[in-house]
Amino acid sequence: MTPPTVSPTAAATPNPAGELDVETLRKDFPLLARTVHGRPLVYLDSASSSLQPRQVLAAMEQYYETCHANVHRGVYTTAEEATARYEGARTSVGRFVGARDPEREIVFVKNATEALNLVARSWGAANLHQGDTVLLTELEHHANLVPWLMLAEQTGIKLRYLGLDADGRLDLSDLDRKLEGVKLVAVSAMSNVLGTIPPVTTIAEAAHAAGALVVADGAQAVPHLPVDVQALGVDFLAFSAHKMHGPTGIGALWARAELLDSMPPFLGGGGMILDVRTDGFLPADPPHRFEAGTPPIAEAVGFGAAVDYLTALGMPRVRAHEERLTEYAMDAIADRLGEDCKVFGPPAAPDRGGVLSLGFRDVHPHDLAQVLDQYGVCVRPGHHCAKPLMRVLGVTATARASIGTYNDEHDIDTLIEGLIGAGRLFS
Amino acid sequence: MTDLEDLYREIILDHYRSPRNRGELESPPAHRVEGFNPLCGDEIVLTLLAEGGQVTDIKFAGSGCSISQSSASLMSSAVKGKTLEEARRLIRTFKSMMSIHEAALADGDDDDEADDGDDGGEGRNGSGGNGSGGNGSGGGGLADVRKLGELAALQGVVKFPVRIKCATLSWNALTQALDEVDG
Repeated sequence: MTPPTVSPTAAATPNPAGELDVETLRKDFPLLARTVHGRPLVYLDSASSSLQPRQVLAAMEQYYETCHANVHRGVYTTAEEATARYEGARTSVGRFVGARDPEREIVFVKNATEALNLVARSWGAANLHQGDTVLLTELEHHANLVPWLMLAEQTGIKLRYLGLDADGRLDLSDLDRKLEGVKLVAVSAMSNVLGTIPPVTTIAEAAHAAGALVVADGAQAVPHLPVDVQALGVDFLAFSAHKMHGPTGIGALWARAELLDSMPPFLGGGGMILDVRTDGFLPADPPHRFEAGTPPIAEAVGFGAAVDYLTALGMPRVRAHEERLTEYAMDAIADRLGEDCKVFGPPAAPDRGGVLSLGFRDVHPHDLAQVLDQYGVCVRPGHHCAKPLMRVLGVTATARASIGTYNDEHDIDTLIEGLIGAGRLFS
Repeated sequence: MTDLEDLYREIILDHYRSPRNRGELESPPAHRVEGFNPLCGDEIVLTLLAEGGQVTDIKFAGSGCSISQSSASLMSSAVKGKTLEEARRLIRTFKSMMSIHEAALADGDDDDEADDGDDGGEGRNGSGGNGSGGNGSGGGGLADVRKLGELAALQGVVKFPVRIKCATLSWNALTQALDEVDG
């Protein structure tokens, strides 16, 4: 069976101005047809998890209905087809981020968190020793903090942090001094709280000059910006499918082939070996060395369909749309709510992604989100798995509205309507 | 928006806007306990002074949503001046109110609730640290909820399961503080 062509056909056709045709695109997302509390769903939580277009759901269903089998095992026809789908998805995902050799450089993992743990547990444990330093930033998600804190507990490595300026941008004024003696830099390519887009290319150049490798947490950047690992100049990139219109349960680690070749396995089991004896084993080559056990095959198929979908839309067009809507949101919030509403992070849309962490008067984010739900608006209250950043910002939580391909001005207007409603309740 | 009005009842908003017993007691002699809600980042610092088997003073500090703050305020007002036994009984009753919704869904058995109500938690007092488990299972019921007075205003929280942790944050801290007093 041939895989179905993923075509956001009509949706991928730009409007006369060459922009994303959001009105058409929205029809691809079944969940957007839902109502809650009698109101249409306004989904503003894509930084947490994005919605799936029917093309992705169809690809997964078609896989299960026509050729499901375990991969890299059977010689029968459907097993060959399943393997081809799984490996085909690897190629699509690799190409999407500019991998030179996707077949060797993309490791399928559970999510970006697992990808970062893999780097810490495999590369980190083999290459970092007591007294070595890892440079992190105050922007990082717990996924790019806790694995390093765990490694520090186990091996005695030191952690150092790049701080932030008043607008939530990385303070790079003393980057060279901070890089002294550093073996690895771990940096987010887009903040999940502030939307800040750190200059990863600049950081990577400086890091390499100082003899350090760079791992980028691309969980937010890859779904919303055109990302090319060659242009970024990083050595590792972690990202999750479910934040980019794919299914949950799968993500990817991209790493330079020679690095993966040098790394020991992370998890042991079936599928990751060349040979096993009673007294030892030989690991398989990457990427299979890092994919122990039956992988999430249908999810990989869905992941492949998701990057095909985004590719058809065109990532520059996705970014242009989201940047435009971010600017609309920031202007509308300033115009209609004024001093009552604070948007944390860089003030200019071109410097940031569509992640709007809000403070509204002194209403607690949990209460804001609860009231917004009555308007059908989905936002995320809390610390967004970035407690060190929350301490820097001097808050325990924010209400985060985050933009995706399918959001439009109406969504932002409803958000503001809900905020005004929350203001009335808690005044 | 009836559900929302049920959640944000006037008593709750009043305690949120004008919290009672806010602040920190000097520790020692007060027992000091920190509580965290990892879900939303809320933090509470509870300081409790116990003398002669009584909660003679109690204060709470920290930050949180209207539900966690009003619950802490209501809790502190309710237990101040009570005996340690009464405070523990109140915890059990409150915790059971927070699980009534699920319990009612599970068995919808009024007899059970009446039985528990008659017990009034007395039987369980003998087992001392029972309350420290913090799961509030089995105790209380509608009869007890009626005895909660102002605290019953928090009953609307059970319709919003995610917010139950907000409401119970200060109560878990109280349990911990009472355990320290006993310990």
